[in-house]
Amino acid sequence: MRIYLDNNATTKVDESVVELMRPYFSEMYGNPNSLHKFGSETHRGMSKAINQVYSAINASDEDDIVFTSCATESNNWVIKSVWLDVIQGGDRNHIITTEVEHPSVLSTFKFLESQGVQVTYLPVNSDGFVSAETVKSFVTEKTALVSVMMANNETGVIFPIKEIAKICHENGSLFHTDAVQSVGKIPVDVQDLGVDFLSMSAHKFHGPKGVGALYIKSGKNISPMFHGGSQMGGHRSGTLNVPLIIGMGQAIENAVNNIPNFNSETRRLRDKIEDALLTQLKDTFVVGDRDNRTPNTILISVRGVEGEGMLWDLDKKFGIAAATGSACASEDLEANPVLEAIGAEEDLAHTAIRLTLSRYTTEADADYTIEKFIESANRLRAISSSYATVQAQNII
Amino acid sequence: MAKADLFGDALWDQYSNVVSERMNNPRNQGEITEEEAESKNGKLIVADFGAESCGDAVRLYWLVEKDTDKILNAKFRSFGCGTAIASSDMMVDLCIGKTVDEAVKITNIDVELALRDDPETPAVPGQKMHCSVMAYDVIKEAAALYKGVDSKTFEEETILCECARVSLATVQEVIRLNDLKTVEEITDYTKAGAFCKSCIREGGHEKKDYYLVDVLRDIRADMDSEKLKESADAGLTGDFSKMTMVQRIKAIDKIIDNSVREFLIADGGNMEVIDIRDTDQGFIDVYIRYLGACSTCSTSTTGTLYAIESTLKTELSENIRVLPI
Repeated sequence: MRIYLDNNATTKVDESVVELMRPYFSEMYGNPNSLHKFGSETHRGMSKAINQVYSAINASDEDDIVFTSCATESNNWVIKSVWLDVIQGGDRNHIITTEVEHPSVLSTFKFLESQGVQVTYLPVNSDGFVSAETVKSFVTEKTALVSVMMANNETGVIFPIKEIAKICHENGSLFHTDAVQSVGKIPVDVQDLGVDFLSMSAHKFHGPKGVGALYIKSGKNISPMFHGGSQMGGHRSGTLNVPLIIGMGQAIENAVNNIPNFNSETRRLRDKIEDALLTQLKDTFVVGDRDNRTPNTILISVRGVEGEGMLWDLDKKFGIAAATGSACASEDLEANPVLEAIGAEEDLAHTAIRLTLSRYTTEADADYTIEKFIESANRLRAISSSYATVQAQNII
Repeated sequence: MAKADLFGDALWDQYSNVVSERMNNPRNQGEITEEEAESKNGKLIVADFGAESCGDAVRLYWLVEKDTDKILNAKFRSFGCGTAIASSDMMVDLCIGKTVDEAVKITNIDVELALRDDPETPAVPGQKMHCSVMAYDVIKEAAALYKGVDSKTFEEETILCECARVSLATVQEVIRLNDLKTVEEITDYTKAGAFCKSCIREGGHEKKDYYLVDVLRDIRADMDSEKLKESADAGLTGDFSKMTMVQRIKAIDKIIDNSVREFLIADGGNMEVIDIRDTDQGFIDVYIRYLGACSTCSTSTTGTLYAIESTLKTELSENIRVLPI
């Protein structure tokens, strides 16, 4: 039995998307910039994909959506370009983000900090939430850019993007949102949200890895990072990755069409697992209000059970793939920064397990996961010093 | 190791089969109670080490026979990853049957070796070595409880790198003997800092009492000040090429005062040393300026110059060249 519950790390590519991409590898493999038929025959599929992405987030034809290699590229690009275009030589030297952003945002902010930019990292509350009021209290006339993710990858908590965008614009600051964990999961409408920049990545919504995009609101141009052949209207040079872009277009359309089902059926399975674990295992808690989370995410703390140990049992014994939080940190398997950020007890720092469902998760998957998660937690608690009955004689 | 650093092996693929086995089926997990200890005429020792907030905690139970100090039975409870659980399980295996004094000699290296599938292949990857270190630390705590002493008594020397068991004294010695200038060199020579890397600088996975960057900086500073003292002690009669700038100027002036200056003054002139520079080719260039009548005299670039240069070459160093500015 193999159950994949790490969809916030990456997702399986939709079969219909794989089929759609296939001819662009071996038959219609031309470079779209070429004059000949091999080049021109890619244009129909490309235009369709572009329109699919524009529709998915309700962008207007006046806006730019530039294809990149991934959201890490999109995030780096927008943050560094604002630094070069707006901050350097300008009179605003302050940028704001949250403590729980993805490393591609946090590390870039830290880099700018090392170059002399003033940075504020907004804390989250015990629900893993950042309110618009918190943002407002830190925004000043020196703030050039605010970057707040739309949904957190570890907890699924959704941030008040529309309200934050409004605060930024009242203050003349630019607003970027990393929407990687929300596109394809919950409705994303850039007209409604009012953001200046938005990042997304195909491999989070059943598209292929290696392609993402940056949405740029009309009139908010930023300098390119990649100079060269002037693809993407000069915004991002590099031969267009035709098969992957076409895959991304179809994947995003499928995902957005599936949102009602995601928010009902997938949510039902998520809630079923969450409720079962919380009631059948003592000393557990889940981060974040369920009604303000992406419908597929559970970040659960299991007291007395260390994260890597739990993942081992789930994977090696039961074929269930889960995470302790950010996949990027999995090499080090360090303490979950979100648990620290929400002010959880120190002893719980290493106890978080993240289960993230997809539209392919079945009822049988959910039931099996509940049973085996509880079994693993109990086995590890029986080994754990946290649940020992005889106390130690020394004091650490 | 560029290519090897770009894309590592999957973490759990680097665990030995023994580690997997012990994680899946630990043999010694459990507790020992006072009643059990008394029924065997033994003393119950229960020692903790580590903290859940750090991600690794272990509780060790010993049943020690009072007359012989022999560990009749041992158990463990552990909060930690697969490596931590496997290390604790193996450590208990190594304790049982030994006396307390013998058990105290067990180190994390012993535990890791026991977890290997074959003698050549490490049981766990570098960044996981520190999990086995707790095994050694908790034994010390248990022994200290048994003997009623502070656990620091069992430390023979200050250990800087726990994973590789390298002492502070060894690191200091190796830096001096081999004139090491970087932390990478220290790691190459001693393996300190090769595993969990917490001992390299502050801010790593664990807080340490000593860090390699600090020890390196302090020893290099000591070595530099020793060199300066050597130069000072050698005085103005030592090896010219090893003298400090100040010493060199003094040495040159002294020679000039003794052999040359009176002749220049007698003719209405003088000279002063402006700069001394070592060249890549091994010369020592002494820049001088002529004063008074010397500055317009024709021998300032010929006979007088040769005399000054040959005097300095004979008395101080044959590599000296004198260059009037």
